Amino acid sequence: MKYVDEFRDPVLAKSLVREINELVEAIEFTRQRPIQIMEFCGGHTHTIFRYGIEQLLPKCIELVHGPGCPVCVLPMGRVDDCVSLAQRPEVIMTTFGDAMRVPGSKKSLLQAKADGADVRMVYSPLDALRLAHQNKNREVIFFALGFETTMPSTALTVLQAEADGVDNFSLFCNHITTVPIMNALLETPGMQLDGFVAPGHVSMVVGEKPFHFVAEKYKKPIVITGFEPLDILQSIWLVIKQIAEQRAEVENQYARVVASSGNLPALEAMDRVFELREFFEWRGLGTIEHSGIKIQNDYARFDAERKFPVPNVKIADPKSCQCGDVLKGVIKPWQCKVFAGSCTPETPMGALMVSSEGACAAYYNFGSLPELMALKLARQNQEALP
Amino acid sequence: MNGSSSNGMRRRSGKLTAETINMSHGGGGKAMRDLIEDVFLRSFDTQDFLALEDQARVDLSALTILGDRLALTTDSYVVDPIFFAGGDIGKLAVCGTVNDLAVGGAIALYLTCGFIIEEGFSVTDLRRIAISMKLAADAAGVKIITGDTKVVDRGAADKIFINTAGIGVIPQNINVGAQRAEPGDLVLINGFIGDHGAAIVGAREDLSIESDIESDCQPLNRLIESLLAVCPQVHCMRDATRGGIATVLNEFAISSRCCIKIDETAIPIRNEVRGMCEILGLDPLYLANEGKVVVILPREKASAALTAMRHDQAGVHSTIIGEVFNSPEEIVILKTAFGGERIVDMLVGDQLPRIC
Repeated sequence: MKYVDEFRDPVLAKSLVREINELVEAIEFTRQRPIQIMEFCGGHTHTIFRYGIEQLLPKCIELVHGPGCPVCVLPMGRVDDCVSLAQRPEVIMTTFGDAMRVPGSKKSLLQAKADGADVRMVYSPLDALRLAHQNKNREVIFFALGFETTMPSTALTVLQAEADGVDNFSLFCNHITTVPIMNALLETPGMQLDGFVAPGHVSMVVGEKPFHFVAEKYKKPIVITGFEPLDILQSIWLVIKQIAEQRAEVENQYARVVASSGNLPALEAMDRVFELREFFEWRGLGTIEHSGIKIQNDYARFDAERKFPVPNVKIADPKSCQCGDVLKGVIKPWQCKVFAGSCTPETPMGALMVSSEGACAAYYNFGSLPELMALKLARQNQEALP
Repeated sequence: MNGSSSNGMRRRSGKLTAETINMSHGGGGKAMRDLIEDVFLRSFDTQDFLALEDQARVDLSALTILGDRLALTTDSYVVDPIFFAGGDIGKLAVCGTVNDLAVGGAIALYLTCGFIIEEGFSVTDLRRIAISMKLAADAAGVKIITGDTKVVDRGAADKIFINTAGIGVIPQNINVGAQRAEPGDLVLINGFIGDHGAAIVGAREDLSIESDIESDCQPLNRLIESLLAVCPQVHCMRDATRGGIATVLNEFAISSRCCIKIDETAIPIRNEVRGMCEILGLDPLYLANEGKVVVILPREKASAALTAMRHDQAGVHSTIIGEVFNSPEEIVILKTAFGGERIVDMLVGDQLPRIC
């Protein structure tokens, strides 16, 4: 397939891996521990597992799978709030397919739907707005979530709703922003990440500038990266090269899509509609300052949280769950106490098991490390015992 | 067809004049009889089976000549949309059940069909579906010999649901089972995967994707009969419907306590299907098929089997996609085109709702 196969060429992959190996040999003599590179974005995690990229890399490179899956990091309390909105008889709740399965403390949206709530899957917030036009006597709420990748389409939909004079459409806004969470990770005591593969789609919107602090303040190499397997291999090579040459810069591997200044009309729409929340809770990571997004006062009539009472409950993450440590690269997913035992994709306990882009779910579904498979089977057998 | 018991000798043959189905068409009276006679009996081949009795009657001796075990299967069809490129709910209801019989090694013979119709359904569409069922049954060489019709209130069902049950006979020397895969066996498929799932996605209005992908909906019984003629030793065979080939391979790996390795570069996938999967984030290994069978058989039989399969129009693109190993047990591994390996697990939820 044109424009796809070129980015998945196994021959090019081999030569990149060879070059990564050559670079790494020089670095290895000077350090004791593996080189840890975090891919921030869930889309990258998915590609890494889908193509088996980890097995192609030398043992001394460890990929740490970051918090960039918005479905995974959504706290249970917010899902509960969403379910409570969805259960109002006048409401049609709309959302993306992968948000339907995220468990709340009592139920997911999928379960709420089975119990009678009107929950519908859409492929774009504009589809939700169309539903609002078609159902004038109902309130259509769009369960908005995602990083800067999905924020522009939500913002434009609100602007469109305003232009259309629609009064039965609102957002349950759970958008989150990339920089504060990267900052929080970098500030974590004991953090030992050596470099970052930065999110390509977020960068397409925000541009290169927001990532400069990673290189300047924390002296970590960071490379904006596309989503095909060769993109990721090339970026790993670029990060390693920076480490070998003792540089720390923002580089743009995904220049075919990402302009250094980002997408200005998108940023402008986001700026008009959204503002930062003072605090927002992340599943597995706790509360992080200025990391969540809410709707500006000017657009308050499109804010479901202001239109309707929302329970706003806080539900603590399960104690046994070690998502935070996995996210920071302190442990690997399969080293978590509950991985593949009580925490599986069917019954996820932790954030990272929730969506197929979460690190734990990806390991569970796609991992082929022999120790992982042995552990998976052993834990399953354990579970089967009375 | 049951639901009506008089022998129909004294009255003219029924003629359905209504344009849409209403509750009286399921009420057991004249309107229902007209519907059955004009739409279903006209399309189906029921004369020899006393179709207007409450049951079809089949001559046992004619069955026992064919084999030593009776195979019985049932499946309900709720696909939405009911008409799609390459087929419709009626064709699907016939092919699906014929295939469920055939993959067990059975010679498919007779089908029943039950319709649950939502009040207000178009009679023209119903005729179209009935004719499509008749054509599919003829193509498969099976007969639809009895059935049932219910009409429900608007909203109690979505347009039309069809249940078909089928019986067939398994010849003496055939023993197909999911637990029979052995290390060294090869894995075969009869052509491009994911066409049905992709066609359904393409036909869904909410996605507004333009595509020319047609469902692969087709009866597999003739293909399987020619395969079994040259290779009665087939170990495992299953049609890869909901959950795609990934699910079927996992079922084989678990039942046979073996490892199945498949090669991404060997799996036939149309470019259009790949493209749609790329856009929507779907994995073709999990996309539904309605005319694809995954076969596991002894290595030395593969070449003869492939020749026989490719000879049938349902198997022109048949090919070997993988191999069976001892360990790790109960695991399916994909060798990626990129050079890595990954586990192909069972799907947790649905990729898409109501695809068959």
